[in-house]
Amino acid sequence: MDKLGTWILPAAVVVIVLFGTIRRVPVFDAFLDGAKEGLRSSISILPTLVGLLMGVTMLSASGALDLVSHLLSPLISWSGFPVEALPLALLRPFSGSGSTALAASLFQTISPDSFAGRVISVLMGSTETTFYAVAVYYGAVNIRKTRWTIPSALTGDLMSMAASAAVVLWCFPT
Amino acid sequence: MLNRIWAGMVLLSFFCAVVTGRMQELSQAVLAGSRQAVELTLSMAGMMCAWTGLLKIAEKSGATALLANFLRPITRRLFPDCAAGGEAIQAVSLNITANLLGLGNAATPLGIAAMKAMVKEKPTGSLPNRSMIRFVVLNTASIQLIPTYIATLRAQYGSQSPFDITPAVWLVSAAALTAALGMCFILERGGRHRG
Repeated sequence: MDKLGTWILPAAVVVIVLFGTIRRVPVFDAFLDGAKEGLRSSISILPTLVGLLMGVTMLSASGALDLVSHLLSPLISWSGFPVEALPLALLRPFSGSGSTALAASLFQTISPDSFAGRVISVLMGSTETTFYAVAVYYGAVNIRKTRWTIPSALTGDLMSMAASAAVVLWCFPT
Repeated sequence: MLNRIWAGMVLLSFFCAVVTGRMQELSQAVLAGSRQAVELTLSMAGMMCAWTGLLKIAEKSGATALLANFLRPITRRLFPDCAAGGEAIQAVSLNITANLLGLGNAATPLGIAAMKAMVKEKPTGSLPNRSMIRFVVLNTASIQLIPTYIATLRAQYGSQSPFDITPAVWLVSAAALTAALGMCFILERGGRHRG
């Protein structure tokens, strides 16, 4: 299975280029046409990223994550969700690289095969960085009002949190 | 809503820095965050160009049209504002495929291309239509078939069987996606009256 992961990306590229060649598309010219649009897109999302990352780094530097986790932990431990995984669940919607780094540092003290370790793994595998997606996708097309996007997306994140502990218990009874 | 959340992040971090005495760190973070954004954009720009370039090849060869046709039973219901066979639905289909395959680096550029095409097809001003909202909500959830990345991380930290969490990831992803889209459908009913 580890090998499979490394095959997907090259395979996807080869399939696209091969199919284009068979259909007699001038593949390199088409590639350059498309790539120019990509460059414009990258520049158009830069301001969004500056705002978002400024907020995220400020939040993590201020110790807010530990403080909020500390305040919420009595409520969380009552629900059966592992308290060790709480900072990760809180950080995940905001920062992809931040939550990956946090998961790695948690795995140094928590075995990935323990209950908390599995909950951390399932959380990481079943969620995306919600605010990043919302800010970048709408930012790229200059849409300012997000209407019910964020409440819906956060409902999904909350469900991941609630379901991860329950499903891990069910799949790996101890 | 993003306005309030962003303001909340800034205010909360200032408040916490006062409580925890980390004003020095906070002051560095303001600049570090903006620098990181530029670095991220630069490192992403290559990926972005590569995938929008490949998207163009796939479009011209008709590969995306085939894929869009294949996913049509799902996308027709989820994204009713996208014209059948249009540019938007093709980019949407490729974004979904990239997400399923776990190609996160490809999913973002393809998703942005899809949003641009949706806006071009049906300009909505500063408001997104329900198809755009569902599309963004779909991208805030994970629909990856094989959780390779987290499995690699698990293996690195001594897991005996890094992939044994896969069925659990599927179940939780399905529950989360159902909850997110379900909430989306519920809120759509209220939103339609207010516009």
